Amino acid sequence: MEALIPLFIAIPLISAFLIVLLGKLVRSLHLWMAPLSLLVLLIMALGMFIPAGESPLSYDMGGWGSLKGIQVGIPLILDGFSRIMLCIISLIGTIALLYSLSYVRRYTSENYFYALFCLIIAGMNGVVLSGDLFNLFVFLEVSVMASYALVAFGVGRIELEASFRYQVLGGLASMLILVAIALLYWQTKTLNIADTKEILDGNNNRSFLFFVQVLLLAGFGLKAAIVPFHAWLPDAHASAPSPVSAMLSGVLIKAAGIYALARLFFNMFALNHEMALVITVLGTVSMVMGSMLALVQWDVKRMFAYSSISQVGYVVMALGMGMLLMVRGERDTAAMLAIGGGLFHLLNHSVFKGLLFLNAGALEHRLETRDLKQMGGLGEAMPVTGTTSLVASLSISGLPPFNGFFSKFIIILAAIYGRFYLLAALAVLVSIITLGYFLKFQRFAFFNKSPGPRKESIREVPFSMASGMVILAVLCLFLSLLVLPSLRDAVFLPALEVLMRSDVTLTLSGI
Amino acid sequence: MIVYVLCFVLFLVGLYGVLTRRNLVKIAISLSVMEFAIFLLLVLIGYMDHGEAPIVDPEAPAALYVDPLPQAMVLTAIVIGLATTAMLMAIAIRLFRKYKTFDIREIRNLRG
Repeated sequence: MEALIPLFIAIPLISAFLIVLLGKLVRSLHLWMAPLSLLVLLIMALGMFIPAGESPLSYDMGGWGSLKGIQVGIPLILDGFSRIMLCIISLIGTIALLYSLSYVRRYTSENYFYALFCLIIAGMNGVVLSGDLFNLFVFLEVSVMASYALVAFGVGRIELEASFRYQVLGGLASMLILVAIALLYWQTKTLNIADTKEILDGNNNRSFLFFVQVLLLAGFGLKAAIVPFHAWLPDAHASAPSPVSAMLSGVLIKAAGIYALARLFFNMFALNHEMALVITVLGTVSMVMGSMLALVQWDVKRMFAYSSISQVGYVVMALGMGMLLMVRGERDTAAMLAIGGGLFHLLNHSVFKGLLFLNAGALEHRLETRDLKQMGGLGEAMPVTGTTSLVASLSISGLPPFNGFFSKFIIILAAIYGRFYLLAALAVLVSIITLGYFLKFQRFAFFNKSPGPRKESIREVPFSMASGMVILAVLCLFLSLLVLPSLRDAVFLPALEVLMRSDVTLTLSGI
Repeated sequence: MIVYVLCFVLFLVGLYGVLTRRNLVKIAISLSVMEFAIFLLLVLIGYMDHGEAPIVDPEAPAALYVDPLPQAMVLTAIVIGLATTAMLMAIAIRLFRKYKTFDIREIRNLRG
């Protein structure tokens, strides 16, 4: 099993290079090479669940083991948390790629699209697997660099401007992260996350640790678009080609932002009350602000982008609540509920937000507009898009029996158990606002009887686009099964054990 | 100590440029200045007084070597910085072709 770990990075990287190198010679190489490698990755990621999560798997890159008990070289670690992330990345990646097969025909030089897409996947897999701080930074840069290029892929005025803004803010974020890594290396003389943790545990230089934590929070917060750092996200995610928006909103802000934040704050630093409070507050603010801003948008993709900020706020808030409860050392069940609910919402959000962006892409593909005011009555003309988007809208607004209901319910339950009554009330309120703006989307796009122009000529999207949307809509329904105790223990318990750093003997039977 | 202060000043100069300049190319240059301030910090972290280059000669080992790891990190970070700058400039040139200007005030279409 260990020998498979580097393949998660190698396969997409090699296919990206082959697509660029051989794309000129073999005409349709990219059309089967990229989906094939993504499919292999998906099967491998799902296969990683089979050994039932014993000790985390690790692989030393280049065979550099440890020398005199000190880790030399770069380890790749695959534990419960990274396994969930790997599955999300390859699942959304495969479906978005399937969708792109028809969608990307509108652009020139298609093979570069597929190469960049594989590069994003390689970078994110690297971020998720890396057990080394600097290596994490390098893979982070690989994935965001590919995303800068993909945002500008349409090379129109808006796309270029959005990409430039995204790059300036992304560059700032990368520098903050690099400074933090440099300072950590200065203090600990190691880059390995596990070793760093051991050395930092004996370090009681609080102001230094605080400074580094603030730098990291700002850097990864910029990547994750938590509210004071969110300015780039609506432009970038709305301007990218739709399958790429699905990737960026569904996966990249989580792998590059939230995964890294959670990994470093739970597993590397000793938890402290102040940072936990800051994280909770930032999460709550972005949850509320994102939904308010989404309410007033008329551009479909901008609305979804703001909604991403809001939903990511849920996840960050849940993780922050978990941290707060763990610091206080009381109510372990509530802390587990909060963190587990956050991870569940992370998984669910990538599925339904991916689906929503694919829906928006389908609308754009047929109508050549993203303005809600110019749509209307499309429910009959585009039945697949209409139905799947209805599923996604209900799911993201937290209506049963879809997956969004269960994850939001667990987060709210955890807030009540942990006695964060205000946060619980706000979470319910934001859920209602979310329902509001998704009803607006449904009404103006699909149900409104005043039809937009050219309604007769509009047909359903081609098969490869429709099938991707249907798969995700079915997943929206079936992921609710993850609340069943046996599935829940198999998927989330290993991740919880990793994050909470203790052998969780008590199960989640408190629900 | 003074070196670290100067390094920080260099970083602030870059930050000032990013925040106040209106020209796309100047923004890209300011970002590079910031980047190089960080590279300088990384090299300083590995530096030791009277240390030698970390090439170990078993015949005559030196008393003190500088730390090679930050140097490797700086090399990697410089390559990443090169890619960032190239990407930024490519986008800036494309924007210039569309708008015939590098001035960010005239390019601004996107709001809020």
